[in-house]
Amino acid sequence: MKDPLATLRGVATLGARSPAESNGDVRPDGYLIVDAAQLGARVSAWDAVKLAREIRRPHSLDVIERAFPRFQELHGDRTFRDDPAVVGGIAELMGKPVVVVAQQKGASTEENIQRNFGMPHPEGYRKAIRLYRLAERFHLPLVTLIDTPGAYPGPEAEERGQAEAIARSIEVMTRLRTPIVAVVLGEGGSGGALALGIGDVVLALENAIYSVISPEGAAAILWRTATEAERAAKALRLAGPDLLELGVVDGLIPEPKGGAHNDHDATAANIRAAVSWELERLAQLPVADLLAARYERFRHIGVIVEPSAAPEPPKRMWWKKVLGR
Amino acid sequence: MRLRMPFGRRKELPSHLWTQCPDCGEMLFNKQLARNNSVCTKCEHHFKIAARERIDLLVDKGSFVEHDADLVSGDPLGFVDSKPYPQRIEAARIKSGANDAVICGTARIGGAPVELAVMDFEFIGGSMGSVVGEKITRAAERALAARSGLVIVSASGGARMQEGVLALMQMAKIVMALGRLADAGTPYISVLTDPTTGGVLASYGSLGDLILAEPKALIGFSGARVTDQTIGERLPAGFQRAEFVMAHGFVDQVVPRSQLKERIAFFLGALHPASPDARWSL
Repeated sequence: MKDPLATLRGVATLGARSPAESNGDVRPDGYLIVDAAQLGARVSAWDAVKLAREIRRPHSLDVIERAFPRFQELHGDRTFRDDPAVVGGIAELMGKPVVVVAQQKGASTEENIQRNFGMPHPEGYRKAIRLYRLAERFHLPLVTLIDTPGAYPGPEAEERGQAEAIARSIEVMTRLRTPIVAVVLGEGGSGGALALGIGDVVLALENAIYSVISPEGAAAILWRTATEAERAAKALRLAGPDLLELGVVDGLIPEPKGGAHNDHDATAANIRAAVSWELERLAQLPVADLLAARYERFRHIGVIVEPSAAPEPPKRMWWKKVLGR
Repeated sequence: MRLRMPFGRRKELPSHLWTQCPDCGEMLFNKQLARNNSVCTKCEHHFKIAARERIDLLVDKGSFVEHDADLVSGDPLGFVDSKPYPQRIEAARIKSGANDAVICGTARIGGAPVELAVMDFEFIGGSMGSVVGEKITRAAERALAARSGLVIVSASGGARMQEGVLALMQMAKIVMALGRLADAGTPYISVLTDPTTGGVLASYGSLGDLILAEPKALIGFSGARVTDQTIGERLPAGFQRAEFVMAHGFVDQVVPRSQLKERIAFFLGALHPASPDARWSL
């Protein structure tokens, strides 16, 4: 049997042939940036944060409307209510049906209040889970679009099991027997983003960010002031090129000059090209290979040192023994 | 005016002999506290305990064989806050006596073979980085290979900031491995201790076939401070405590520390790893 990973790493093959064709412009054939060295000038981490949060940036429904024809939105988690911060439904890509699930921010203050600033409640994740299972049952590929500051941290979200909803969403995605492409559109805020972020291929827009904690949150904890957010953003390495280098995303989707907010149509076209290309490739794999490769993709993320000769575990401090702790 | 007590009142008690219970204020004799599994004799307040002590408490005597003890964290981001991340790791190693925030091994609990992973809150707040992710994933993979049960005792503030998005990805990695375990019909018991929050609760903490919690343990997705700020008002008493979480349906049982071992043993015995031709009546 062919090594499933080799097939999946087709992204890399694409990267190998792309520099010859690339003149800095966007290709309609699903051209991705798969090597950070391919990027020209990098924007600073803080500029990336600002670009990713730009209110004029295309949000999920802007992208869906342009990149996924005949989108029909589906509502509700069948348990509690419909969460407007998560949208999902059935659409077409290359003339074939796909399931799309996304987090939705608003383009104005009013819309943001209605959408809860793109921060899902547990029922949002449960709606997502319901749609994942729908995709699995009917063998439809799944596309997720990630754009959230994080899961909503309010008391009612806690009462309804925010942590369980996120954990379950991750779990269902890891075992979903259908191809998944996840795309970080803007802000990938921690666990709330990861709940939509398990895929056979994970892509990000060039100026998207993906982080374990918001720069403001990190600054508040580490330097006890939120004004150090700029410094924290740099330290967290949350910008597109960093994500590529860390192996968290497989490729970056180029944005129009100046950022995605300057041209929604071009951004959506790039996303459609990249996602179509990836799905076409993934759809040819047997499900067992797909799941094996998905496991391996996440299995090796992280940096550990495994010394061949074990270092002495450090001694406990003497006073701890005295204290009986 | 009368002179105040020159050295204060309670402070005069030598602190290596006594501990004050933060809940009821009772002064507890340390040796007695240790004998009572670090539970207050008056109000049953459960003190945090170190991972090694927890292991002694749970496993059959002498059955614990540690694995992957020598895994140490790299510094993938070159992270510096008030001090560089490698220095922070070193300080935590000295403080806790372990190489990272989880200790994993094979053991027996009430005779049943298990893979056990116990987190240590003393190591950078029990935070989950690459090493925690790798060690727990390996524990799950060992449990799958041996068809034995998996028990994870969590005590963590969540993902480790100093490893950035790589720490976040550990959630995915561990859940991947747990998924295979679930497919194989191998039991996983999640034990939540004070505190279990953030990314740990939002991944493997919430995915146990059974979820047990220690009394009054803080269990929540976001820290109470964050929630407080978000809604700008005080939270109800008992919010995010184990009993509250059980009342809302996300924990199976709140189990006092003294009964934890026998309870886990009972469940492991009942949830025998499924074999394809097993019948309930046999």
